[in-house]
Amino acid sequence: MTSVNACKQCAPLGACVAFKGIEGALPMLHGSQGCATYIRRYLISHFREPVDVASSSLGEEATIFGGGRNFSVGIDNIISQYRPKVIAIASTCLSETIGEDVQRLIGEYRAAHRGEVGLPEMLFASTPSYQGTHCEGFHEAVCAAVKALANGRGGKAAGRHINLFCSFVSPEDIRHLKEILADWGVSAVVFPDYSDTLDGGSWGAYRRIPEGGTPLEAIRSCACASASVELGYILNAGGRSGRVRRNVAVQSAGEYLQGAFGVACRRTGLPVGVGETDKLLRLLAQLSGKPVPEKYRRQRSRLLDLYADGHKYVSMKKAVIYGEEDLAVALVAFAVEVGIKPVLCATGGESGKLQETLRETLGETYPEEMAVGQGMTFEQMEATLQAAGVRPDLLIGNSKGYYIARRLDVPIVRVGFPIHDRIGAQRCRLLGYEGTTILFEQAVNALLDDRQRKSPVGYKYM
Amino acid sequence: MIDEKDKLKDADTLTAELQEFRDEVVAKYPKKVAKKRARGIVLSDPSTPPEIQANVRTIPGIITQRGCTYAGCKGVVLGPTRDIVNITHGPIGCGFYSWLTRRNQTRPTSDSDANFIPYCFSTDMQDSNIVFGGEEKLKQAIREAYALFHPKAIAIFSTCPVGLIGDDVHRVARHMMEEIGGGINIFGFSCEGYRGVSQSAGHHIANNGLFKNLIGRDDEVRGSLKYRVNLLGEYNIGGDAFELERIFEKCGVNLLASFSGNSTIQKFENAHTADLNMVMCHRSINYVAEMMETAFGIPWIKVQPIGARSTAKMLRKIAQYFGEQELTDRVEAVIAEEMAAVDAAREKARRRTAGKLAMLFVGGSRAHHYQDLFEELGMTTVAAGYEFGHRDDYEGRRVIPSIQIDADSRNIEEITVSRDATRYRPRKTEEELKALEADGMEFNEYHGLMSQMEKGMLVIDDLSHYEMEKLVEKYHPDVFCAGIKEKFCVQKMGIPLKQLHNYDVGGPYAGFRGAINFYKDIEMMVGATIWKEVKAPWESEDFVEATYVY
Ligand code: SF4
Ligand code: SF4
Repeated sequence: MTSVNACKQCAPLGACVAFKGIEGALPMLHGSQGCATYIRRYLISHFREPVDVASSSLGEEATIFGGGRNFSVGIDNIISQYRPKVIAIASTCLSETIGEDVQRLIGEYRAAHRGEVGLPEMLFASTPSYQGTHCEGFHEAVCAAVKALANGRGGKAAGRHINLFCSFVSPEDIRHLKEILADWGVSAVVFPDYSDTLDGGSWGAYRRIPEGGTPLEAIRSCACASASVELGYILNAGGRSGRVRRNVAVQSAGEYLQGAFGVACRRTGLPVGVGETDKLLRLLAQLSGKPVPEKYRRQRSRLLDLYADGHKYVSMKKAVIYGEEDLAVALVAFAVEVGIKPVLCATGGESGKLQETLRETLGETYPEEMAVGQGMTFEQMEATLQAAGVRPDLLIGNSKGYYIARRLDVPIVRVGFPIHDRIGAQRCRLLGYEGTTILFEQAVNALLDDRQRKSPVGYKYM
Repeated sequence: MIDEKDKLKDADTLTAELQEFRDEVVAKYPKKVAKKRARGIVLSDPSTPPEIQANVRTIPGIITQRGCTYAGCKGVVLGPTRDIVNITHGPIGCGFYSWLTRRNQTRPTSDSDANFIPYCFSTDMQDSNIVFGGEEKLKQAIREAYALFHPKAIAIFSTCPVGLIGDDVHRVARHMMEEIGGGINIFGFSCEGYRGVSQSAGHHIANNGLFKNLIGRDDEVRGSLKYRVNLLGEYNIGGDAFELERIFEKCGVNLLASFSGNSTIQKFENAHTADLNMVMCHRSINYVAEMMETAFGIPWIKVQPIGARSTAKMLRKIAQYFGEQELTDRVEAVIAEEMAAVDAAREKARRRTAGKLAMLFVGGSRAHHYQDLFEELGMTTVAAGYEFGHRDDYEGRRVIPSIQIDADSRNIEEITVSRDATRYRPRKTEEELKALEADGMEFNEYHGLMSQMEKGMLVIDDLSHYEMEKLVEKYHPDVFCAGIKEKFCVQKMGIPLKQLHNYDVGGPYAGFRGAINFYKDIEMMVGATIWKEVKAPWESEDFVEATYVY
């Protein structure tokens, strides 16, 4: 019930990541400054990029009299220093607990500054962390941005493009998704696109707000797309399972657009592994009316060839898979496909949907002996393994599983968030046939390396 | 030890430029903000340090590097102790983000020696707890932690929502102490993040808690009776405490407790049997030093064993305090022995480092202490400041009486400490103290960062993100010292950043061997050519972006 070594982070963190995917945006957390500092620190150590997040720095006084003043001073200062196109605001536990009405504060600020030129867009996502995880925060922010900007006022060039809501994936994976769409000739809005803002190059001159992000016009046009594709089956469903949720009717961006503008919403899993990638590509073929480009047929066939080569090294190896719910589903699908035996699939998420989603996704390949843990901590994962008397050969998940791996003396293949004990998290590739290729090679090589290291004789040939 | 030739050629120009910088940067803020910010940016004058505004709330919307009260209490002061189970009472984020992010090291003495540092305990509050109260869940967390580990002590740390919904962590602590029984020590901290201006409030709250709940609970005098000292404000980042422990041991100095690097409950409980307290990070721990002096009669002195010369100075101060020839001889022998390697390493590094510029924006003491190391390298610190220092950390303790007490400081519980009826014991007679003082020893004194900076250098409190960018753009220092939050911005501009919160997986930097490590790391950084490759060869010289690069 309480938590020892959690496997989730808090909602505003996810919101900040999503906000970084809006062009010209500066995120602000309405709450005490500590949250913003911790969250920046955490994101920076993963992405190794500047991650500016402002705070309204609420103090004791604000907890009694409300944070309205801090809010507007904060916005003033952000505008004067950063001149952002968008100020994207998320709440924290503090502002939620004292019941701040941020939409109202935004309205008041706008009213007070009516007619001023260069006023940025302002949008708000409600992200109390005592409900759901960073994943809920992420998707909540995606939906909030779409709601605020794609209001149908951008005219109706209907039917020409699709929306791709790409979930909490690495900048490199976003780039790859964009590459797929471009190769296909499918015109699409990819959101949130933090592939440049959270993985930029070296700069000659400092850019207060880094280049990149999904342009505002593109987000506005989400309302008149021909369809939305959402990557992930669960998304922010966890935000719906709370008991006392008051202020927000949780939905995903795709669901919102479907309800408000009739944009058809199609969901498919994160494309990891052949099966799940096939699903995405088939969907794109359907939506675009164009066949799968030759390039991807070849990638697919190379991947299958690689599977054949590497199969014997991973077959029947026992793996623990953990992380965000949709990621866990994708990784289990991949593992089963290559012959790895997932013994435990765990997540800190609490949507209550993990098990059924796994069953639906895997169908008859669902591994009955796999334990599924929702709302789990690392401590519980370890206890679960111990109780079952299972010793895994491999962990697949984020850096936080390190202690378990260290105690069991088994390798981790690092994917997901956070990865702060290795460099290159921004470029961690997972998606598509190519991402899967890299993942598979990493898994095989991690196992080989482990065997080689522990071998009493030492061998250098496979 | 700085050669005149290493110094900056034209000090006047630089001073004028720094003055200009201040005016320029402040002009960019809205009027009211500008007025306030200007008070936090001053030019140093070691003979008469100017008044600086410090420890006041960050202005909303200004991106600060400061953390929260909770971070200072749980993360900084109590975090490094290995055998206390630290439970964060709150939603998951706060606890998660403070989970081992400071890289404090600890060295259990045996397999049965408890070490909870790798764990992150949180009550993971849910919305029902926010609505109906979280005390029951906290009790449950304590029961579970106890069942799992049977710790000797459990500490509870409050995050923002806790204070707002009115959970009483102290009541829960008392209740659970009774329920579990068996002499377990459970105590709570009201360190909600919104309470203070920065981490600093959390340090104070932690200090109070240490004194009320741990210090003085164990009177047994262990180990040698000679040269018994504590080191306060040393958190064992990157193994600093290990290096200092090595040096003390070599000198025959009996280090009872570090607060709180590599510490244990027993060391805290027993610390009052020492005869001298040495304060390293004045900001985070001076309260404990003061309280221990009042209650037990232990004098305190300021030390800064960062930099080889400063380390030697600390050792000589210890020898002077105890006043025994045997110790003096041994200390001198150790210094002589250690300095041989130090001198060689320094001379080698100086070939690359001498004359270079450094900037230091970190912590509540490091921005001061590391200037010693840069001096040893022949480098000048042109701009420095703290994230969460107070005026006394800049201007010296003499200004304490004139510091205004504002609502934020009043927020922190002041505990009144009085002389312990049975255990107060003056370590030196009045005459002895006088004689030591006449000999140059200073008790209860800290002169602050500005006393060390050359005239005309910039001192900036709570440097904002925006000001940092401007500073780097304008001066391209050869190395910028700060933390991970600043790191990638500075590096994007082609300037190497040395992390001084966690040393970029390097260290230790304290003591003699630490100094050698630091020389090497800085030599490597200022010598690296990678920074000069920001501009591709095909980019023309007058390309706009190139103006900022060497
Ligand atoms: S208070 Fe809430 S928002 Fe802030 S760090 Fe903690 S969990 Fe996250
Ligand atoms: S400011 Fe409050 S809520 Fe935020 S991290 Fe600190 S204690 Fe947690």
